[in-house]
Amino acid sequence: MWRTIYIMWLRELKRFIRSKSRILGSLGQPLLFLLAFGYGFGSVYAAAGRGSYIDFLAPGIIGMSIIFTSIFNGVQVIWDRQFGFLKETLVAPVPRIAIMFGRTLGGATVASFQGLIVLAATMLAGFHPVSWLALPAVYLLMLMTGTLFSAIGVMVGSLMRDFQGFQLVMNFLVMPLFFLSGALFPLNNVPVVMLWIARFDPLSYGVDAMRYLLIGAAQFGLMLDIGVLVLVTAVFLALGSYFFSKIEV
Amino acid sequence: MADIIRVNGLHKRFGEFDAVKQISFAVAEGTTFAFLGPNGAGKSTTIKMLTTLLQPTSGSIEIDGHDPVREPGAVRHSCGIVFQDPSLDDDLTAWENMEFHGVLYGVPRPVRRARISELLEFVELHDRRDSFVKEFSGGMKRRLEIARGLLHHPKIIFLDEPTLGLDPQTRNHMWEYLHKLRASEGITVFFTTHYMEEAERNAERIAVIDHGEIIAAGTSTELKERTGAASLEDAFLQLTGREIRQENADPSARMRMIRGRR
Repeated sequence: MWRTIYIMWLRELKRFIRSKSRILGSLGQPLLFLLAFGYGFGSVYAAAGRGSYIDFLAPGIIGMSIIFTSIFNGVQVIWDRQFGFLKETLVAPVPRIAIMFGRTLGGATVASFQGLIVLAATMLAGFHPVSWLALPAVYLLMLMTGTLFSAIGVMVGSLMRDFQGFQLVMNFLVMPLFFLSGALFPLNNVPVVMLWIARFDPLSYGVDAMRYLLIGAAQFGLMLDIGVLVLVTAVFLALGSYFFSKIEV
Repeated sequence: MADIIRVNGLHKRFGEFDAVKQISFAVAEGTTFAFLGPNGAGKSTTIKMLTTLLQPTSGSIEIDGHDPVREPGAVRHSCGIVFQDPSLDDDLTAWENMEFHGVLYGVPRPVRRARISELLEFVELHDRRDSFVKEFSGGMKRRLEIARGLLHHPKIIFLDEPTLGLDPQTRNHMWEYLHKLRASEGITVFFTTHYMEEAERNAERIAVIDHGEIIAAGTSTELKERTGAASLEDAFLQLTGREIRQENADPSARMRMIRGRR
C-alpha cells in the first residue's frame, strides 16, 4: 500500500521536475493576473479605502496556481489512458485506491511547489506577508487545497474517455471555481447570491485560510476554513477513488 | 505437466455483441501457446479476461490455481503482460520504468536492482538504461516491455500481438529471448498473433479463434492434417474464410464491421 503510494507520488514529482516548460508555462497565467489586476485595480481598491490590492490578491493568485496545477495533474489520467501507461498500473497486484492516492498526493505536491514559486513571485511584485512564521502553515494549506483539487481532477479524468472534454473541464469547472471564489475580490460586500455561490466553492476556503495566515484578514475564519477543506477533501478522495477503481481499459 | 491455464465456457458480451463465445481450452505449464486469429476475433478480449482487466460475462478461468475474478491480486502476481499497444511512461527512463514496475509488484530492492540489470542486459538495453523511453524506437520499446513483464518472475507471460510492427530481425531476436527464458525459468508463454508463421515457429500448441469461437486447436501439424492443407496459412484461410476483416476503431464497441461467412 505505502510503496504503491510512494512510487506513484515519486513519478508525478519526477515528471514535474523534468518539464521545465510546464513549470514556466503554468506560472504565466497567475503572474499575468497578479500584474494586470494587482496594478490595474490597485488604485481603485486603495481609493475605496481598502488598502493594498496586491496584498489582498496574492493569496488568491497562489490559490489560482494551485487549483490549475492540481486539477490539470489529476486529469492527466486521460493522458495515461491514451498512452497506455494506465494499463500497467491497473494490472499491478496493488489496490487501486493506493494508485489513486499516490497520484493525488503527487499532484498535490506538484501544485504546492507551484504555489511556493508563485508566492515568491508575488513578493517580488510587492506583496508583504504580515508574518514569516505562518509560512509552514501556509504550505500545509497549499498541500491540502492541492489534494482536494487533484482528487477532483482524478475523478473527472477517470470519467472522460479522451481529450475532447478537456476544454469543457477548463471552462465549466476550473474557471468558474476560480472566478466565483473570493480569490479576486472581497466577499463582504458582494450580492448575496454571489456570496452563497462562493460558500459552495471549496477554493474560497483555501484562499480564505491563506489570506488569514498571510495578511491577517479572513471572511469565514480559519477554523471553518480548515474544517470545510478537510471534509470536502475527504469526500472527493472517496469519490475519486470510487471512479478511478471503476476504470476499464 | 499440469495445466497452468484452464478456461471453461468463457463468454464475454458487450451489449448486443458476443465477443467471446463459450470457449474452453487449457495450457500446460512451461509450454508456448498461440492464439491465432484474424482481427477482431476475440483474442485481446480473451487476454484481458485472463489477466483481470475485464470481467467475463460467464464461464470460469483458472490461472495458476487462482480465479481472476475472485483473486485478482494472486493472478496479477503470476502474470507478466505485454500489451498490444505500448504501456510505458515515455517521460521516465528505461531503468525508472523497470524500477516502477518492480516497486508496484513488491520485488525487494536488492533483488530488484540485480534483476533489472540482468533483464536489461538480456534485451540489450543496458547501455541505454538512463535514456528516456520517448527516445526509443518501436522495437526497443517492445523489448523493454518484455523485460518489464518478466521482472517479477511471473509464471506466465502474456503477449498480445507482441511482434506487430516489428521488423523480422527484431521479431526473431525477441523470440530467441523468450525461448531462452522458457528454458531457464520454465515460464509459460501465451501469445496472440495473426501471423501464421509466427505461431507455427514458436508455439507448441495453437488454438485458432474466429468470431469469438475456437474453431480448431492442436499442433501446427495436426491443424494442417485436419484441413488437408499444405501450409498453416492455407489451413488458416480454410478455417476462417477469405473475407477481409475490419475492427471498429472504438475499442469498447469491438464490433465486427464485416462479418465473414463460412
